[in-house]
Amino acid sequence: MRISREEVRHVAELSRIELRPEEEETFLSQLDDILTYMDQLNKLNTDDVEMAFHTWDLANVMRKDEPRPSLPREDALANAPERTRDAYKVPRVIE
Amino acid sequence: MSDVPDAGGSEMCFMPGHQLKDRIVAREITSRQLTEAVLGRIELLEPGLNAYVSFNRDAALARADEIDRKISTGEPTGALAGLPVAVKDNMCTKGTATTCASRILESFIPPYDATVVERLLAADAVIVGKTNMDEFAMGSSTENSAFGVTHNPWDLDCIPGGSSGGSAAAVASGEATSALGSDTGGSIRQPAAFCGVVGLKPTYGRVSRYGLVAYGSSLDPIGPITRAVRDCAVMMNVIAGHDPLDSTSYPKDIFADYTAELDAGVDGLKIGIPKEYFSEGLDPEIAGAIDQATRLYERLGARLVDISLPHTPYAIAAYYIIATAEASSNLARYDGVHYGHRSDKGDDIISLYSRSRSEGFGDEVKRRIVLGTFALSTGYYDAYYMKASKVRELFRRDFRTAWEQVDCVVSPAAPTAAFRIGEKTDPLQMYLSDIYTVSANLAGIPGITIPAGFTSRGLPIGLQIMAKPFDERRLLSIAYAFERETDHHLRRPEAK
Repeated sequence: MRISREEVRHVAELSRIELRPEEEETFLSQLDDILTYMDQLNKLNTDDVEMAFHTWDLANVMRKDEPRPSLPREDALANAPERTRDAYKVPRVIE
Repeated sequence: MSDVPDAGGSEMCFMPGHQLKDRIVAREITSRQLTEAVLGRIELLEPGLNAYVSFNRDAALARADEIDRKISTGEPTGALAGLPVAVKDNMCTKGTATTCASRILESFIPPYDATVVERLLAADAVIVGKTNMDEFAMGSSTENSAFGVTHNPWDLDCIPGGSSGGSAAAVASGEATSALGSDTGGSIRQPAAFCGVVGLKPTYGRVSRYGLVAYGSSLDPIGPITRAVRDCAVMMNVIAGHDPLDSTSYPKDIFADYTAELDAGVDGLKIGIPKEYFSEGLDPEIAGAIDQATRLYERLGARLVDISLPHTPYAIAAYYIIATAEASSNLARYDGVHYGHRSDKGDDIISLYSRSRSEGFGDEVKRRIVLGTFALSTGYYDAYYMKASKVRELFRRDFRTAWEQVDCVVSPAAPTAAFRIGEKTDPLQMYLSDIYTVSANLAGIPGITIPAGFTSRGLPIGLQIMAKPFDERRLLSIAYAFERETDHHLRRPEAK
């Protein structure tokens, strides 16, 4: 096994995804198949290879730090599932 | 209008965009007539196809009238004047729902337009609707949509490909003149191939991703799906170019006109045939069609060169690690607080996040988030994410070596034609169907698929051509050289 039931549960929890017991079962076997397939990458020697992140060599992209108008508050809040006057509403975080 | 025999019907729904635009500007037809005809197709076919998540008849017709007014008053008009265009539902449209075919974004109304949408509107296009897709672009069949599968216009029992299956099916069936898709691992090229239309994945960085809902940020470009290669070039004139709002947008080598070299032909060109793309698992009918296509290129003066892209067998493994790792991070933003679905069962902040995400995301999205989180987690990062990113470099090298020998690479777009709805239930089997398209995403190079024939069952076969980074104009001219010698792109699915 490339991944254990505990690891599936742990990673799901880190991802803030709740899995029902039967979903956990399905994911365990599917993820194990997928990870087993991915293990073929270990046949390749990559000791002297750099990690690639981009197509073309991208250096830091800068822009002038100039104040610009941002999204109006009403527009930003328009999609909030719950809000109070000028803010997003969440359950109590600090007891 | 005498040369349009069926001006109110479906005839013009199948004409290429550049011809329609010329007729609209010459006032032989109006944008309203064309848009009404396309809306008529949509209303007729949607019960069987489900290519759109949403469309808006009144808004489209109002927009068409606006363009018609512009033309009648002699105002200058843009490159897509009056053309009914469809947009994949992962690109933000201000004031119009953008769902990503997910329950979690079902009610999301973007407060701004994606840069590509802004550019379509500036070019006087009529956006008719938002097309169906695999949820968050995660899939190869459009079966992962929360709003039902899209059917292939050539055979309603088959999938249209994915993830831009709705865009490809809409263009193939005359429900839009052209469309936009996004291609993280083949999501423009494979559905275009399965639906018998043209699909271009531009070089990474060529088209702004601002306003594209993020999935695999280092892999995803936006590109056109059209009925003719020239339409693809015209669409690139509209959507390509640097955008300061996307820091990965490429600031150099901007082309003013992607149609400029369309007629260049292939005489003297060296076309690479990568042996790894013609091995085990390739349907013999597809292999036959691609072989015929390469021989046509030879007759047109190109030289075929056998080459090797040796890391091809590792493409799926590397791609699905990188894509899911990026997805797990990108999709962390769906929290039930800022926008999107919010569970009513969360009594503290953590359970609000978990419940909202678990109710809002479909199975494949959850699987990829969990897989990607695993690939990035302590103890596994080196073995999976780091390893895959190093293998990615090997793909860049494979193609760099190829460009020393050839001008382009030609291959099938997919190992089979469109498969049946429900045929692939195992996620790994579904991933493997992307074998010929993901390498271009890992390397960031441009690729196009064009219609290259039909199977004995009447399903379209796609030819893929890949070229050097930023060499889209040559790519388009190679595609056009084939199109003008063949008539596969002129065949239409029967209206059901």
